[in-house]
Amino acid sequence: MLTIENLHATADGKPILNGLDLQVNTGEVHAVMGPNGSGKSTLAYVIAGREGYEVTAGSITYQGRDVLAMSVEERALNGVFLAFQYPVEIPGVGSATFLKTAVNAARKHRGEQEYDAMEFLKLVKAKRAALGIDDGMMRRALNVGFSGGEKKRNEMLQMALLEPSLAILDETDSGLDIDALKIVADGINALRAPERAMVVITHYQRLLDHVVPDKVHVLAGGRIVRSGGSELALELESRGYAGLGLEPSAAA
Amino acid sequence: MPSRRTIPFDYPAPGADPAPALPGAGLPWLDALRDEGRRLSANGLPSTRTEAWKYTSLAPLAELDFPHPAAAEAEAIPAEPETGAFDALEGPSLVFVNGRLSSRHSRLGDLPGDLRVRGLARGLANDPAGIEALIGNATPNGDPLAAFNAAFAADGCIVEAAPGAVMDQPIRLRFVAAPGSEPLAYHPRVIVRLGVGSSLTLIECHEGPAGAPTWSNPLVDIEVGAGARLSHVKLQIEGESAYHTALTKAALAGEARYESHLLALGARLARHEIHIRFDGEGADCQLRGGYMARGSQHVDNTTVIDHAVPHCESREVYKGVLDDTARGVFQGKIVVRQDAQKTDGHQLNRTLLLSPKAEIDTKPELEIYADDVKCSHGATAGEPEADQLFYLRSRGLDLRTARKLIVEGFMGELLEEVGHEPARAVLSERVAAWIGGDRS
Ligand SMILES: Nc1ncnc2c1ncn2[C@@H]1O[C@H](COP(=O)(O)OP(=O)(O)O)[C@@H](O)[C@H]1O
Ligand SMILES: [Mg+2]
Repeated sequence: MLTIENLHATADGKPILNGLDLQVNTGEVHAVMGPNGSGKSTLAYVIAGREGYEVTAGSITYQGRDVLAMSVEERALNGVFLAFQYPVEIPGVGSATFLKTAVNAARKHRGEQEYDAMEFLKLVKAKRAALGIDDGMMRRALNVGFSGGEKKRNEMLQMALLEPSLAILDETDSGLDIDALKIVADGINALRAPERAMVVITHYQRLLDHVVPDKVHVLAGGRIVRSGGSELALELESRGYAGLGLEPSAAA
Repeated sequence: MPSRRTIPFDYPAPGADPAPALPGAGLPWLDALRDEGRRLSANGLPSTRTEAWKYTSLAPLAELDFPHPAAAEAEAIPAEPETGAFDALEGPSLVFVNGRLSSRHSRLGDLPGDLRVRGLARGLANDPAGIEALIGNATPNGDPLAAFNAAFAADGCIVEAAPGAVMDQPIRLRFVAAPGSEPLAYHPRVIVRLGVGSSLTLIECHEGPAGAPTWSNPLVDIEVGAGARLSHVKLQIEGESAYHTALTKAALAGEARYESHLLALGARLARHEIHIRFDGEGADCQLRGGYMARGSQHVDNTTVIDHAVPHCESREVYKGVLDDTARGVFQGKIVVRQDAQKTDGHQLNRTLLLSPKAEIDTKPELEIYADDVKCSHGATAGEPEADQLFYLRSRGLDLRTARKLIVEGFMGELLEEVGHEPARAVLSERVAAWIGGDRS
């Protein structure tokens, strides 16, 4: 599904990713863990196509295609979804309007009939209930004035509606209380499927109690420095990044 | 030697047909007012050397030859003006064609007894003393464009709400130029008087076909009585050869509230100048202006808020979108006089620039002579934020759709504040149409 080889990326001339390799197969859930500043968000952004990062070497292949040659929206329309660590506020744009536009863009791309307002409302109603999102939130401007938890749940709602093939979740667990964490974890688990792959980026092991990954990778200094099964997350939990010699200063 | 602070302007054009007299000619007070207006307007148009007109040049207007406004007769105009933006709304409607009230196109319906609406020309014929009392103190104070209005207003209207009158339906004033091939100028005078505790929505709309240049120079003179509320919606969508120079002045008595909701989309050059004066304590003024311009359009919003008394609140939010080589101007002056303690004034101007050649000049000007006040201003101008575009595109929206949503949201925030739902819907449609590519 996703193959990253020897990825080097810089921002403002500063090297951030330094030869990163990652292989994620269809149906798998991978966790990427690492200290702050190790390059986790950068990895997510480079896969999604954000401006401001220069890939200086390496490749990203998704479903056999060269991701780096695709526009941001092409990646999205072909099933790549990034749940943002910091979802962006869009003043004046109603959440429901935005969701409908996004879902219909995907349907149009697949050659399917676009939803009308009624059909769409029904669909959203079913999905948002599970995430504890009320109708009031749908009528507010996208992410504007949303609490941290609301923003993250809104990301999960978008993921549930867009049904991506590859979901990258960037610290979706950070800033959530335990109840919200449970809701978000249930949302992620509900989307686990043989035809879908997920990369769950997290700083803490906490989310992984609920979403048990097939593989765990440790990112430090812009490279994957260790990979293992879910037990690696537990080891990190007990010994800390420092225990692995991976405090941000040591990693740099 | 002529002053460089003015641009010579022969108005009306020399050699224009001798004009019939303006309505009310021969009334001594009106003749005096018009003479004063003519004397001042003979100085010409303000040049960019005048502080208030630094960013807006009227030089192209001065090159045009306009006939005398008295030559236009609404009833004699054969072509039907196109349908108006607010035609689908309910309530009384006055339509001015080429500056003259057209009874053919207007309908007043059954007005409640505590509301009086009449045309200026007819009022001058039927009730000159009544009009004198309303217009008498409206001398132009040397304001160069108001002087033209004083000298050459051929028509207009007077809207009066008796104390306590509450009107649910809006009153619509539509100013439209009939399609024609000759330049045309008009100077409507609108007088609005709200009695104590009354409440009204006024919708002012300026439309015009593409084609020959027009110059509309309206002066809207408002007094909001104690505890009264006026919501004033203005849509300006004149054609691409039009010039629009409007002065709206409002005086607010104690506890009065005045809301201005402006959307300016049309004309080659438009200046919307608003002067607010607080006369009584506890009054509140909300000025919201939206502007969208493309091509080589120029749109100027100039406001002066005079906090002459204590405990008043003023809020200004002006937001706009400029594309191509369009130029925007926002000048916001807030004066807080020495006695005006506890004044609360805030001003914000935000502009989205869709092209590297679009520009906005923003000039806030706070003149504060009292010490216990809250006053602030802010301004931003720039492209749609890269983070916002990336977020939307990462959900599969193409760049065009993403920009469109951001612009629609940016302007939509402003329109949310329009209380009258059907009017708000009309404005929203206009914004959407502009984004979709229409000029107006
Ligand atoms: N656009 C950018 N310009 C400059 N430096 C950046 C940029 N984005 C990230 N960085 C730097 O790259 C490093 C990795 O950042 P990031 O990918 O956000 O880490 P993480 O998500 O693991 O905390 C940090 O030192 C950060 O300051
Ligand atoms: Mg991060």
